[in-house]
Amino acid sequence: MAQFRTCPDTGLYFHKSAESLIKVNAVAGVVALLLAGVLALGVVLTRWQGVHLLPADQFYLALTAHGLNALIFWLIFFEIAILYFASSTLLRCRLATPGWAWLGFLLMVAGAIMTNVAIFQGNSSVMMTSYVPMQAAPHFYLGLILFAVGALVGVFVFFGTLVIAKQENTYEGSIPLVTFGAVTAAIIAVFTIACGAIILIPTFLWSIGYIGHIDAAMYRVIWWGLGHSSQQINVAAHVSVWYLIAGVIFGARPMSEKVSRGAFLLYILFLQLASAHHILVDPGISSEWKVFNTSYAMYLAVLASMIHGLTVPGSIEVAQREKGFTKGLFEWLRKAPWENPVFSGMFMSLVTFGFIGGITGVVMGTEQINLIIHNTIYVPAHFHATVVTGSTLAFMALTYLLIPVLFRRQVILPSWAKLQPYIFTGGMTIMILFMLGAGTLGVARRHWDMDFTGALLSFEYAPMAYTLMAIGAAGGVLGILGGAMFVLITVGSLLFGKKLEPSAGLLQSFGKPLAASAYSKVQPERLPMPPKLAWEEHGSAGFEAPGTFVLAMLLLVSFIVYYFINWNYLASVWPLG
Amino acid sequence: MTSLMPPAERIWWNVPIGREEIVWIGLALVWCLILFFMMPYWHIYGKQNLSNEAYQTTPAKFGEKVQAGIDQYTVREEVGIPVVHPPAGSDVYMLGRLWQWWPILELEKDKTYRLHLSSMDWQHGFSLQPVNINLQVLPGYEMVLSITPDQAGEYAVVCNEYCGIGHHTMLGKIYVKE
Ligand code: HEM
Ligand SMILES: [Cu+2]
Ligand SMILES: [Cu+2]
Repeated sequence: MAQFRTCPDTGLYFHKSAESLIKVNAVAGVVALLLAGVLALGVVLTRWQGVHLLPADQFYLALTAHGLNALIFWLIFFEIAILYFASSTLLRCRLATPGWAWLGFLLMVAGAIMTNVAIFQGNSSVMMTSYVPMQAAPHFYLGLILFAVGALVGVFVFFGTLVIAKQENTYEGSIPLVTFGAVTAAIIAVFTIACGAIILIPTFLWSIGYIGHIDAAMYRVIWWGLGHSSQQINVAAHVSVWYLIAGVIFGARPMSEKVSRGAFLLYILFLQLASAHHILVDPGISSEWKVFNTSYAMYLAVLASMIHGLTVPGSIEVAQREKGFTKGLFEWLRKAPWENPVFSGMFMSLVTFGFIGGITGVVMGTEQINLIIHNTIYVPAHFHATVVTGSTLAFMALTYLLIPVLFRRQVILPSWAKLQPYIFTGGMTIMILFMLGAGTLGVARRHWDMDFTGALLSFEYAPMAYTLMAIGAAGGVLGILGGAMFVLITVGSLLFGKKLEPSAGLLQSFGKPLAASAYSKVQPERLPMPPKLAWEEHGSAGFEAPGTFVLAMLLLVSFIVYYFINWNYLASVWPLG
Repeated sequence: MTSLMPPAERIWWNVPIGREEIVWIGLALVWCLILFFMMPYWHIYGKQNLSNEAYQTTPAKFGEKVQAGIDQYTVREEVGIPVVHPPAGSDVYMLGRLWQWWPILELEKDKTYRLHLSSMDWQHGFSLQPVNINLQVLPGYEMVLSITPDQAGEYAVVCNEYCGIGHHTMLGKIYVKE
């Protein structure tokens, strides 16, 4: 029976079950993102002290729900979709055990709903980190556990698919780089979910009274094994998406397979350790371990990210130069398709992730510098540059690509789609930069009231802190507008977009396969190796991507300057020992 | 589309690397090493480090120590909170609980104190403002660090770890006298 269809525009092959599963996971992710965005509005308008929208209890509820729906549910649903795409679609292989994949999906949905119910019932406003001994309702933890188990099933379906592809010889040579990146994400996911199980299962048992006590310090160490590594899943996934989009839009070839794959390998080898950067100012942890853990892991992983930061735009530059955009350093970039949201989203994701998310992350992950940053609003500002303008934006860009290719619908409101990445990135970047500034002035994260209304004592932040928070929040509102445009365009396209395939109806947008006639292949032809390049085109040819190199140097210089500015700031605070 | 396809060379790990990649990896690696060695360097030459001295404790035990300090060195009260002025260079105690930092401390400029911090209940965040020094305070752990206030003035301790509905009212105070 024919199980595969070919996308007439891209030549990609979709296996019937994989196609449905990619769709439902992506759609579930977007639903979570929508919810997170609505909640973000409440959060950000409360942090804008002049507006101060929500009362305290609702603010903490909204913040808990925002964090979990955005960081966990949106990103992980979408990443499961990416895993299925990178295995089944790219390797032209049937999906392993679709039944299990559906079970995993249902567990994830059930878990996400259960945790949301717990939060909205009002007794689980414990933030996504749920630090003990503050306690949430048992089904808050149980929902997270179910979600994690479901995700783990998805990860194993991915590995199973790789095994089948190998056995059935569906591709020649080694797996493509994008799939390699997905393998990285999946391996890290296994480690992450193991940490999650180790910490959340006892916490659940504690919440129903089976365990008397959970040590606060131990909880933090293991929880961050989950919390930190899951960020590395996001990085590995969105870097893979960068390579994928560079490949689709420009036909870009990795500058060097060895370098790009080696960098992914560094992620796998060194990322497990870096969870220490969340507990640098905790009691009872030795400096040796902190320095080793936060850095050894971090810097070789940082090295890996710096490598991808060069090789992704570098591969685009090489491809563009081959097409004749050779004038000066930057013609290749100027003449890139900036009006295509797939490209503009991907490229801005790269730039904001590197220049803002990456640099601030390393700075605050430095053992001593963390003293002047820990738990200030600087922290959420930093990670909105990694998970929002980094991962989320990259996934949005991929979604624009998938709507015609996977869902067989045309994107509606094309002129909006053109603008959307800019509005989203612009707004979020304003929020990020100004909240970084407010954090430097000491403004606390997860804090309802900068005026401390009702406190016995009093304290006033510098007036500048209020201004920075207000401008940042206004930027956040613009970002939410950009996010709303994204949801409108994608959901609108699935519902009303012009059908590129006659049978792509409403139910097909939500996972039902297309008409049987759309699937014409029992097994696609083997994925071939591309034609070889002449040997001398590799390496020795001098600088193939000078523009990218200049951008990379700009990154390095900004990095160095900003890093030492922060040491200088640290040197000005009270001596501590 | 080659990032979506297998490498063009079967033995892809033998293909030579482009020059800008080599140079960039070299530069980045050097930078990463500097990032690393800055931390031990600062432990030796810098003035802002955590000693990481800490002890396991219980709320009851730590509470007693705080109370002993209050009994001995209280100089006045402010809005019902004792203001403690311990001898220069001594051990000083502060606890966090829902939703207070207790007691208020009065320290002398340029003197070094051993500050002990712990929580009576949930996690709290000791955020000294506007100096902007931030520490995590956990129940069951007594953190000890030496501090040397080098500017006189009135400082606030904001709680910056979420600790429930009254979190935003959790303020403490430290005075530094000339
Ligand atoms: C769309 C626009 C968004 C805006 C305006 C926004 C705004 C904010 C703000 C202001 C905070 C910090 C509040 C505080 O600590 O007091 C926050 C927290 C957070 N946001 Fe967002 N956000 C947005 C989207 C996202 C997305 C897409 C993600 C993840 C992919 C995300 C993940 C988080 C997380 C994990 C937290 C921390 C929650 C916690 O402290 O427990 N946000 N957001
Ligand atoms: Cu982390
Ligand atoms: Cu608090």
